[in-house]
Amino acid sequence: MSLLTVSGVSKRFENAPGPITRLADRLTGQDSRRTVHALSDVSLSVAQGEVLGLVGESGCGKSTLGRLVSGIYAPSDGDIRLHGQPVATEHRGSVTKTTTRVQMIHQDPFASLDPRMRVGETIAEGPRQHGLWSASEAAQNTRDLLEQVGLEGAYADRLPHQFSGGQRQRIAIARALAMQPDLLVLDEAVASLDVSIQAQVLNLFMDLRKRLGLTAIFISHDLGVVRHVCDRVAIMYLGRVVEMGSAETLYANPQHPYTRALLASVPTLGTGRAAFHPIKGEIPSPLNPPSGCAFHPRCPHAGPRCHAEVRMLSDIGTQQSACHLHHGGTSEEAA
Amino acid sequence: MMPDVSIDHDTLSPDGATSTTASGAPVQTRAARLRAFWSDFCRAPVAVVSLIVIILLAVVSFGAPWVSPQDPYDMASLDWMDAFLKPGSVGAGGYTHWLGTDNVGRDMLSAIFYGLRTSFVIGLSAGVLALALGICVGLSAAYFGGRLESLLMRIIDLQLSMPAILLALVLVAMMGQGVGQIILALVVAQYAYFARTTHGAATVERGKDYIEAARSTPLPARRVVFRHLLPNVLPPLIVVATVQVASAIALEATLSFLGVGLPLTEPSLGSLISNGFKYIHTDRTWLSIYPGVFLMITVVAINLVGDQVRHVLDPRNQR
Repeated sequence: MSLLTVSGVSKRFENAPGPITRLADRLTGQDSRRTVHALSDVSLSVAQGEVLGLVGESGCGKSTLGRLVSGIYAPSDGDIRLHGQPVATEHRGSVTKTTTRVQMIHQDPFASLDPRMRVGETIAEGPRQHGLWSASEAAQNTRDLLEQVGLEGAYADRLPHQFSGGQRQRIAIARALAMQPDLLVLDEAVASLDVSIQAQVLNLFMDLRKRLGLTAIFISHDLGVVRHVCDRVAIMYLGRVVEMGSAETLYANPQHPYTRALLASVPTLGTGRAAFHPIKGEIPSPLNPPSGCAFHPRCPHAGPRCHAEVRMLSDIGTQQSACHLHHGGTSEEAA
Repeated sequence: MMPDVSIDHDTLSPDGATSTTASGAPVQTRAARLRAFWSDFCRAPVAVVSLIVIILLAVVSFGAPWVSPQDPYDMASLDWMDAFLKPGSVGAGGYTHWLGTDNVGRDMLSAIFYGLRTSFVIGLSAGVLALALGICVGLSAAYFGGRLESLLMRIIDLQLSMPAILLALVLVAMMGQGVGQIILALVVAQYAYFARTTHGAATVERGKDYIEAARSTPLPARRVVFRHLLPNVLPPLIVVATVQVASAIALEATLSFLGVGLPLTEPSLGSLISNGFKYIHTDRTWLSIYPGVFLMITVVAINLVGDQVRHVLDPRNQR
């Protein structure tokens, strides 16, 4: 049984025009309501001990999915369950997270730590609040955790500004681990670090994973890092998962045209190839997504069917792909 | 520990104040930061002098029963024969009235010391209470957002569109005279400034990741607001608070001058000026001028200190 199941999840963000704007709309016959379709009908699952990578361009909804799984947002449709229990409930617009077993690590360690709170207190306040640690053991546990992430226990009395980016990200990891999570969500957790520091933090993560048997969702736009860290990878495009499979097969044998294009766009060393091939065109606006398959305006294989019909994720070999090419072709008659 | 993570340790020794992190930021203890703040503050001699003046005024006003030559509250110690003595003349009590006496023979210097005490008490308590109320309103508006935010901030806007003195006048006229009433009126007239400053700073902070991290732990709203949001919006508020204390003292003096503040039996600087104003057309100008000078010195000194604190706390001016 899988630890986390995401089934049919959509997330829409709507602006809420004020009374005066609504009145102006009524008078002029316009409509200033805008809806961003951040996620559309996403289903996936994460098994115990597995690391799932979420990859995609900026604005494809991977961070939104991470925040939904972390209980920061509630889904507009569908549900997200950890051990069969929903991770968050929404009541009249305010979201209440109902589990402590999912913890998130943010992208920017300079923003994710309270600048005026000592790091020891930052680490200990969650477990103290939820009764995981007693007052007497909090200090020792904090020191142990700091040492576990490769810092000195004595650093607990310091403020975040006294640390470098890599050290801060270690503190953020320690804060997440303090809650004894079943699932970690790492939202671009190394993207803002120097490459050399990235490697250190990634090695720390791999080491912790081995020791603690962590389950994680690893959000990144760095295909190389994802291949290195993840067991399974989901490729996202404009709010949908377009391809999913084990890291090995997906990198070796990409099926969806978007995945192929994404992999082809990575500059490579040592192959003698001088140029890389960026995907043509811009990512469409989620305010007004294209009809049919969202990738069709940029896809070299697009046919009439792609304009009209959305292809759901379905099995192809050991992978899953959402492309008409693999299911009857892209011409009108095939439908 | 893994060998490939040890690079951070060499650059960060646990002992403290002088070492630097890998990013080069100075490592400081709280005491070292206070020392740095103090040395930055001392760069403006005007502010240092102002601070000394404030401390002196606070000492003489709160120590008024011990330093002033006469108890202006004690009608029995007043002598009608001493009325309207010029500054520097010796009265029936056998001591010099350095700033003269008023119409009932009250020593002006003593009255000013006691009046200053009233002004300080009213200014400080009104400032602190308005700060507390403003923080509550501003923080709840910023944290909870939505309709509550619109409602609260429109009320604040409405209130800021009216002069504070007008609002305070109406309130005092409704509630009657007395220290408690004046403080309440000043709090109502001034909390809006704090609420707006708090709201502005908190709106910036609430979008930051550390608030999201605290919410997604999850921590209860009360803890997120008071342990994470509040400490991060406090620095600009401290500056507003110093200015508002000065402004509360001036407001109280204005109310008393207009005759709706404190009675002369409980002198504040404003009521002393007001009392002297009755005799301004005679040559007894000292009755109004000296309390006025003390009021001016107090307000200007507090403002100068507040200015320098703001200057030092501004990250752009930090070394």
